[in-house]
Amino acid sequence: MATREVISNGNELSALAARDAGCKFFGGYPITPSSEIMHEMSDLMPEVGGACIQMEDEIAGVAAAIGAGMSGVRTMTATSGPGISLKAENLGLAQMTEVPLVVVNVMRGGPSTGLPTRVSQGDVAQAKNPSHGDYKSITLCAGSLAECYTETVRAFNLADRFMQPVFVLLDETIGHMHGKAVLPTQEDVAAGIVPRKVFEGPADQYFPYGCEHDQPAVLNPMFQGYRYHFTGLHHDGRGFPTEEIETCRKLIQRLEDKVELHKDEIELNEELFLDDAEVLIVAYGSVSLAAKEAIRHLRAEGIKAGLFRPITLWPSPQDRMRELAARIPKVLCVELNIGQYRDEVQRATGRLDINGLFKVNGRPISPYEIVNKVKEL
Amino acid sequence: MAFNYENYLRLEKMPTLWCWGCGDGVILKAFVRAIDSLGINKDDVCVVSGIGCSGRFSSYVDFNTVHTTHGRTIAFATGIKLANPTKHVICVAGDGDALAIGGNHTIHGCRRNIDITFIIINNFIYGLTNSQTSPTTPQGMWTVSQQAGNIDPTFNVANLAIAAGASFVARETVNDPKKLEKTMVKALEHKGFALLEVLSNCHINLGRKNKMNSAIENLSWIDSITVSKKKYETLAPEEQMNLFPTGILKQDTEAAEYCDMYAEVIKVHQGKRKTITQDDFKKKI
Repeated sequence: MATREVISNGNELSALAARDAGCKFFGGYPITPSSEIMHEMSDLMPEVGGACIQMEDEIAGVAAAIGAGMSGVRTMTATSGPGISLKAENLGLAQMTEVPLVVVNVMRGGPSTGLPTRVSQGDVAQAKNPSHGDYKSITLCAGSLAECYTETVRAFNLADRFMQPVFVLLDETIGHMHGKAVLPTQEDVAAGIVPRKVFEGPADQYFPYGCEHDQPAVLNPMFQGYRYHFTGLHHDGRGFPTEEIETCRKLIQRLEDKVELHKDEIELNEELFLDDAEVLIVAYGSVSLAAKEAIRHLRAEGIKAGLFRPITLWPSPQDRMRELAARIPKVLCVELNIGQYRDEVQRATGRLDINGLFKVNGRPISPYEIVNKVKEL
Repeated sequence: MAFNYENYLRLEKMPTLWCWGCGDGVILKAFVRAIDSLGINKDDVCVVSGIGCSGRFSSYVDFNTVHTTHGRTIAFATGIKLANPTKHVICVAGDGDALAIGGNHTIHGCRRNIDITFIIINNFIYGLTNSQTSPTTPQGMWTVSQQAGNIDPTFNVANLAIAAGASFVARETVNDPKKLEKTMVKALEHKGFALLEVLSNCHINLGRKNKMNSAIENLSWIDSITVSKKKYETLAPEEQMNLFPTGILKQDTEAAEYCDMYAEVIKVHQGKRKTITQDDFKKKI
């Protein structure tokens, strides 16, 4: 496959990916450290005849983006943790009404205002359940500059495949890192776009939510003769409010199963030196870059360490983690939070002896800290 | 010939969830009659509602319809409109929805002057959730959240919208459906943000505890607090204080509409015109 080289930063690459993936709408609100995505989109969207609007608050930013998505266009918002907290209710509406949307979260220190300009991975648990109620989050996490691009493209395709919001987590380090990235060509990205399904039969036979138990809604674009209804209330096959017991149960179970029963289409991991590994390091995002450097040093010293990097954080690659943890004696999770993903590794593997190297002071974890921690195990 | 409501209503959703004698039905009928008289294609209309009794409005009309979260109608509608500038986008919300939880979006919708018609059904109370104080509940009235009597000052919806920059602002009541329909036509025709406040009754959750036990008593009270704009302007300030003028209160057909302005932004980015500067605007500050 042909490639191209660009010099850029993570946030700008995410915006570029959105344009190349056919995004036509961005609704947002300024927030550090994600604002550069909106800045870029304010250039890129009008260029392709789309629109980018800075709304009056975070809630309105995501609402405008969802509104555009309801009307049928590919749509995006970007923010950081406090913004996700504010957007949470409307993200729930997008889950319930099955509106595809890409949400980029460039993570900074939290909770609350926290450390606005410094790095964190504190929103991993939030990405799993930002809104109340039951649904299944799809959350991708970029671990390099190139992945800020490729994971954003993948997020758009997954959003249309599963008809729901998809999170792309960057962290402040990845978002603001500047350097060379090798990307797929714009033509290849365009050729790989899988648009959302549409119904083409007569309008009176259209049941946007009347799908199989493991399939997403089929939402036609607005203004084309299929006049249906969106509601955050429990709804029937045509989209209208209902409290009928079985219809309500099936709807929420389907929101779970449409993802859970097809998670093999979503799972993506990177594995490094795991064949002979005696120490399994689990890391994602910018921390995985330090982990790779640490593994090089450890191997040079004869310590057989390897890396497991989930690129799709949710749904988690639980089967693969269980296989690895069954044969690798020592496991170390390295995170810029207090073990938000270690909880998941423990749950998935059934092992309670998962070690952790955690940092929550807004500073990155250095390769030497990882090396020293591994030696202590 | 009798008006054919069947063409515009989702009859299978009838009867509505609204109480007997509720003004919402009057507004629903005026709305579809106004759409019909303008000859707008049903496929080209999107109706967005929020939460509350008015939230159900969207589910009863046979257009592209969206029932959103509490207070956010204008924000969702802004996305729909900006992505589809040639279509008709109409928001319907109650006083609590539009002015309390959604107050911020309301004023910013007015400020942007985006081409959305915003029907605010003002019944002076949170009806659906059983009589809590809204931003328009008159001081001294009983509410379930202020049982000693409401002390909270009120918003004047129309004045707020005018101050925030809406280019069309009107007020009508459910007591005069014909006039309501006429003004609704004007609001729908207007290019820019058109806010139409409709004073309506909630004899169930406002009236019963405030000496207006029936729809008729509640409607009579609305009659007693409203006067035509023409008459209002002849009154002394102390007489105006307890009255709401009805009719079209502001209509500025010159104000630039947001989607039109955004079309200029697109031209800039596609190299078809120079950057937008202060010289492009009459108002400099």
